[in-house]
Amino acid sequence: MSALPTRRDEAWRYSDLAAAASVWPVPAAETVTVAAGESLARTLILDAPDDAIVIHDYAITVAAGASLDFRILNAGGRYGRVALDVTLHAGARFDLGGVIIGRGATNREIVTTVRHAGPGAVSRQVVRCVAGDTATTTYLGKVAVAREGQQTDAAQSFKALLLDRGATANAKPELEIFADDVKCAHGATVGELDANALFYLESRGVPPAAARALLTRAFLSDAFEGLADDARDALEARLEALL
Amino acid sequence: MLIIDDLHAEIDGKAILKGLSLTVNAGEVHAIMGPNGAGKSTLSYVLAGRAGYAVTGGSVTFLGRDLLALQPHERAAAGVFLGLQYPVEIPGVSNLNFLRTALNAQRGQRGEAEASGAEFMKLVKAVAADLGLPYEMLKRSVNQGFSGGEKKRNEMVQMAVLQPRLAVLDETDSGLDIDALRVVSEGINRMRGPERATLLITHYQRLLDYVVPDFVHVLVGGRIVRSGGAELAHVLERDGYVSIAA
Ligand SMILES: Nc1ncnc2c1ncn2[C@@H]1O[C@H](COP(=O)(O)OP(=O)(O)OP(=O)(O)O)[C@@H](O)[C@H]1O
Ligand SMILES: [Mg+2]
Repeated sequence: MSALPTRRDEAWRYSDLAAAASVWPVPAAETVTVAAGESLARTLILDAPDDAIVIHDYAITVAAGASLDFRILNAGGRYGRVALDVTLHAGARFDLGGVIIGRGATNREIVTTVRHAGPGAVSRQVVRCVAGDTATTTYLGKVAVAREGQQTDAAQSFKALLLDRGATANAKPELEIFADDVKCAHGATVGELDANALFYLESRGVPPAAARALLTRAFLSDAFEGLADDARDALEARLEALL
Repeated sequence: MLIIDDLHAEIDGKAILKGLSLTVNAGEVHAIMGPNGAGKSTLSYVLAGRAGYAVTGGSVTFLGRDLLALQPHERAAAGVFLGLQYPVEIPGVSNLNFLRTALNAQRGQRGEAEASGAEFMKLVKAVAADLGLPYEMLKRSVNQGFSGGEKKRNEMVQMAVLQPRLAVLDETDSGLDIDALRVVSEGINRMRGPERATLLITHYQRLLDYVVPDFVHVLVGGRIVRSGGAELAHVLERDGYVSIAA
């Protein structure tokens, strides 16, 4: 990546371009390759202080029949960006579980491009985000299905919780499909904590702040589904500390 | 234990409770019956402190304290339990987590020691067995995917774990099959005791055959219009509310 991105670049639509410019050029993307038939699990946690600028780029290849499980907790930096460019070959599988926590005036985002290059590959992306104050949080998920990508099964789910009026959540799925037999599902919702659930917890003796924290954690932990118990517990513990 | 005096309350500027008075002593079970829209659930929410219910007059004293001055979680810790007419689903929070968080939050507020993991599990397993709710269900998210009857049983599990001084049960019997009604009634009866009281909101005589109340009150148009003993429920069953309100 050499040219400084502009607002016209889809993948930088809601980014903090000034912050990005101040650290440009960023290092080349980290390459991750999962060999045929293998499985790999990765976890990335952004917890830099609120004045840092953090940009992580990954160029990922998942070979035929291989699988990658990537979990991201993006809760750091004034500008914190994680961008994944994932290429899936025949029968490969990619699971993304992403959590974005925004507060103050921060801008944090997860940007993915998933290329279904071979037939029968599966991608599952679940991103949950909570934003307070005047934070901007963004999930941009592009799915590109090549002509060879028949029987692609791609799903994206994004849900955001806004804690304050000034907070923003952006989501924009983008599909680019050149095969005719594909399944691409996406859903996006933005809302607030369920007042009925809050009252229910309070009526059982849980103070409001604890009730809100419990419901927020429950909401975000959708992104940890499918993990083995100990991996999940470890991420939940980090999440609790970061909230 | 509970003294409600000339209580007025409104929702969205609409008066619902219009001078409701009721005294419940420790050891007593009171039933409140009344037509749809009379204000029964509103009364239960006002007692529990739900936002959006504005008290415009009167007072509520609970164990000598001004109940209306307390926040909902403080009321719970003071011993008020509200069994909801429509229990809420909470995706992602297990029943066990919910119960343990609630129990320890209450104990913390009362300055009591928290329940250890082992103590809590023993308590919950015993309670779930008593109330016929499979323990496995407690590992699931709160009320999510529960049938109407299972949700009501789950309210009773919560009550039995939290051991409130005053239980306000809003149509806990609605939606229960005959066996579940008996199990839930036994659960309510087990809570009876000289230190506790129960306010049963119901439409049906059948519950009151199992949980025989000391007093029955008829709530119409936001006020108690008639009170009597257990036999009053039979009169209502036979004659309906129209004769009473007239
Ligand atoms: N959020 C609200 N806004 C406006 N009116 C409301 C609201 N909630 C309840 N009401 C009204 O308040 C009145 C009392 O309702 P409440 O639920 O207390 O009745 P109820 O006695 O519990 O009835 P039911 O037997 O059907 O459960 C009704 O007329 C209802 O329409
Ligand atoms: Mg009601």
